[in-house]
Amino acid sequence: MSVDRLVVVGASLAGLRAVEAARRAGFTGSVTLIGDEPHLPYDRPPLSKAVLEPDTAVDAPTFRSLDTLHREMRVDLRLGERAAGLDPRRGVVCVDGTEVGYDALVIATGSVPRMLPGADHLDGVHALRTIDDARAIRAALDGGARTVLVGAGFIGAEVASAARKRALPVTIVEALEVPLLHAVGAEMGAALAELHRRNGVDLHCGVQVLGVEGEQHVERVRLSDGTAVDADLVVVGIGSTPATGWLDGSGVTVEAGVVCDETLASSTPGIYAAGDVVQWHNPAFGEPMRLEHWTSAAEQGAIAAANAVALAPAKTYATVPYFWSDWYGHRIQFVGLAAADEVSVAAGSLDPERFIALYRRGDRLIGALALNCPAQIMKYRALIAKNASWSDALEFAQARPLAATQSH
Amino acid sequence: MAKVIVDRVKCVSLGVCESLAPAIFEVTDAGELELLTDGDIDDENLEAVRAAVAGCPTEALTLVED
Repeated sequence: MSVDRLVVVGASLAGLRAVEAARRAGFTGSVTLIGDEPHLPYDRPPLSKAVLEPDTAVDAPTFRSLDTLHREMRVDLRLGERAAGLDPRRGVVCVDGTEVGYDALVIATGSVPRMLPGADHLDGVHALRTIDDARAIRAALDGGARTVLVGAGFIGAEVASAARKRALPVTIVEALEVPLLHAVGAEMGAALAELHRRNGVDLHCGVQVLGVEGEQHVERVRLSDGTAVDADLVVVGIGSTPATGWLDGSGVTVEAGVVCDETLASSTPGIYAAGDVVQWHNPAFGEPMRLEHWTSAAEQGAIAAANAVALAPAKTYATVPYFWSDWYGHRIQFVGLAAADEVSVAAGSLDPERFIALYRRGDRLIGALALNCPAQIMKYRALIAKNASWSDALEFAQARPLAATQSH
Repeated sequence: MAKVIVDRVKCVSLGVCESLAPAIFEVTDAGELELLTDGDIDDENLEAVRAAVAGCPTEALTLVED
């Protein structure tokens, strides 16, 4: 069936890359991009990094101008409109009481941050997902807020960095015994936690938030260890869930995300998915996974749309996951998967300023974590992509000792 | 001959380009992106460099094709 109308739901990175890729593939039909935020598509990594820096601009890091999207790419933009339902039998997306017809659909609705139950009615309590969240957090930091981060993940760590840069009192509360357990494993999570302590952050692990208290504005956070921490700003970074509620009743299969094969095709013909919302079969590891990383969202958006408009044979999407995070002037980079049988520090040592840790599953290298080793990390990404054995990886590491410690 | 240009203000050495086109890009120990050619891209590396340009998280790379 030929495709005349492409609809992309979700106007963030994956959605933007989808409409760009459709045009690049030579698609001349109509392209509609639907997004629930009123803003032009913008980049999210800067929201917890550059946007929170003192003395910088707080403009949204917009990808493309309205003019580029309208005139050059001929995209019908429907911003500030929320997709509420999907009927694949009739080929329509329900948007604010109207219906938008499609021949091919890319679902790129991303994920929704988890919030603390009963806390979001107070001023000063934020998740960090949107530019509006980032602006509010930035204003509070600039105003000298006593800051509490709920969750010691990457969002919490990056906001903590921004707060410490202003010498503000910072407390991080993590429910698990170590930070970043799922992202980098227990041992390396504990190693990275040292960065918080060395930078003057009060880190509480294995502690729950019992309540966030205040009249209209947050005043304190009550913890399960019996303490209470005074707070003017609370940022909740306890993970997110895929935004799939609008697909209820559509028949599109959803598990940990929209279930897709290696070409990013869903269970329903003509419907593809990309970005945080997709759980696809990643041929690089032979298993299904859902990622919340910039790199995969960009690449999936492009491939999902090219496959959806079907002007060329379908491409598969295989990737070695990659993410990065910047804490207190340190660059943390991770490639591959963290669920390993063994983690070994292959270069440097855990204590100080830089190290490489390798992750083994069976006799295969499946992951690598780098602290301040930007010259090394991508070489391990290449090894993982090539299915390198564990012994080859260790040998590779031994042949590349770390250069003298850089100052940071 | 196609040429690749690095915007040094935008580049923060995340290394995606190196993983996609290792014959052309390499991040150094000091955290600087180094071009392994003088910027000229031969046909053999063109597809990989196109992927690197598209894959750069800070849109710091531009490919100029004649």
